[in-house]
Amino acid sequence: MIKYIAKRLLIGVLTLFILMTLTFFAVRAIPGNPFSQDAKNLSPEAYAALEHKYGLDKPVTEQYVIYLGNALKLDFGESIAKKGQQVLDIIIERAPVTFGLGLVAFVIAVVLGLTLGIISALTKKRWVNSLITTLSTLGVSIPGFLFAIIMMYLFGVRWRILPVMGLSSPLHYVLPAFALALSPISMITRLTRSSLKDVMNKDYITLARSKGTSELMVIIKHGLKNAMLPIVTYCGPMFAGLVTGSLVIERLFTIPGIGAEFTDSISNRDYTLVMGLTIFLGLIVIIMTIVSDIVAAMIDPRIKLGK
Amino acid sequence: MTNKELVLTEDMFELLDESEKNSEFIAIQSKTFSKDTWDRFKKNRLALIGLIFLVIMILAAIFIPMFSPYGYEEQDMALRNALPSLAHPFGTDKLGRDILVRVMYGARISLAIGFASAGINLVVGIIYGGVSGYLGGKVDMIMMRIIDIIYSVPSILYTLLILMVFGNNIISMVIAISITSWIQMARQVRTQVMSLKEMEFAMAAKVLGADHMRILMKHLVVNALGPIIVCLTMMVPNAIFTEAFLSMVGIGLDPLIPSWGRLADECRQLLFTYPIHIIWPIAAICLTILSLNFIGDGLGEALEVKR
Repeated sequence: MIKYIAKRLLIGVLTLFILMTLTFFAVRAIPGNPFSQDAKNLSPEAYAALEHKYGLDKPVTEQYVIYLGNALKLDFGESIAKKGQQVLDIIIERAPVTFGLGLVAFVIAVVLGLTLGIISALTKKRWVNSLITTLSTLGVSIPGFLFAIIMMYLFGVRWRILPVMGLSSPLHYVLPAFALALSPISMITRLTRSSLKDVMNKDYITLARSKGTSELMVIIKHGLKNAMLPIVTYCGPMFAGLVTGSLVIERLFTIPGIGAEFTDSISNRDYTLVMGLTIFLGLIVIIMTIVSDIVAAMIDPRIKLGK
Repeated sequence: MTNKELVLTEDMFELLDESEKNSEFIAIQSKTFSKDTWDRFKKNRLALIGLIFLVIMILAAIFIPMFSPYGYEEQDMALRNALPSLAHPFGTDKLGRDILVRVMYGARISLAIGFASAGINLVVGIIYGGVSGYLGGKVDMIMMRIIDIIYSVPSILYTLLILMVFGNNIISMVIAISITSWIQMARQVRTQVMSLKEMEFAMAAKVLGADHMRILMKHLVVNALGPIIVCLTMMVPNAIFTEAFLSMVGIGLDPLIPSWGRLADECRQLLFTYPIHIIWPIAAICLTILSLNFIGDGLGEALEVKR
């Protein structure tokens, strides 16, 4: 187990290092420099001072080493567009908003996904089954942000029953969280359905039933517990999806989180912020993936042995 | 088994005359591979509907802008935000431009991006996955670790970096979308090649003196065409999705290029005043993605691809 965790951590660190390197050189390769808009009005001395402040006057390799060293200390420097603000402070300020929304979406996805999946796996009614299958097919195919726009129109413009801007009350969470959760709900429904259907045909389920265990206990203790593995392994990609989704959902619903900050920083060409946020978002997903892999290995020891 | 036993006697049978025998006759005409696939594909009603929709969409994208009296940039300030009418079946946007023509231009751009990036994925995926699966051993392990590392960060981060470096034109969009999506194809090809290279026909080709390149391309990849085609079909909707996503967060194509994502973003800004406009781009994106998914599922069934 420890060996497995160490291996996963090593790959994680390597991934992060590569992402940092790529980010650094990509940002350096962008034509022009971050001050080009202001540079026209600057004297050469002031321009040189600015370059010196952000360390842009040093050779690229030296900049790279300094950048790596600082990033290890979580110091991503000062934002270029937002004068006087440290990138790290911006992340600390904005991250809770995104995490809150992501957490709500995660809970919705797991609860609804499992429920729908269980119903669809166990129901004897054909119309229930085909309804759930159709909905999950649509949910996987339709982009969450387009779904969000339709919901914004219906609930926010047409019926005026849900707010569509900001996150100031629990009601504000409903639409963005559902939009974020749309694809995870559908994926978890599908995974639960196929996995649980498989498990319920196993001999140990028949055995549990024949020993007189109540049907509910059979489903929860013997069925679901053994059917969880694909859902746990899906968690890694799901977190990546939630991070990606937050970029567009936060912009649509004007939510002041990391995602909106990230897209803004790209439009503003705020390179220090872009670099800091790219690494931060990458780090979150890497950590979440490692955690879900470890949990999966704990649930099913076979994973460590084979591929 | 209370049935009376049937006793067969010699006089119940009669010998056939030599001329009446036609044991060599094959009643069913032999089918080619593509005919067989098509026959099975046709039985899947959703896939057939998807194919018909896609064909209509492509034809409309080619011909409607050719024969329409309006250009996609042609403004008519007297007729801004018009509702659908005979002259403008989808209405006009905030600058009085015909939405139908713009959606069809969008189809040209979005479908072109989709097919172009699928093409790149095909080439890169076959080469990478083919080499990795064919050589196996250490090379395979290293190549797969590289894929794992790229894959463990949300692909959108790489995509955004590429777009920042290369600007917001169509070619850099195609590159940015393809930068990570070839991985799925590479994995699929690798799995296929790994199992196919153990087959007798691969051995036979080797014994006959075929070089590695020929064995890989002529024998292994050709036999893996089913899964490759299915994987390819699924890449087009992914690319359309990514393009729309990027335009939605304000980082996509140049504002003057009327891609579907750009149109959806333009119309979204008028959601509170002219909500009807948003229907067209959303319907175009969702229906196209859905039809391509259905086609992919249908092909998967017809080609007996397990996914």
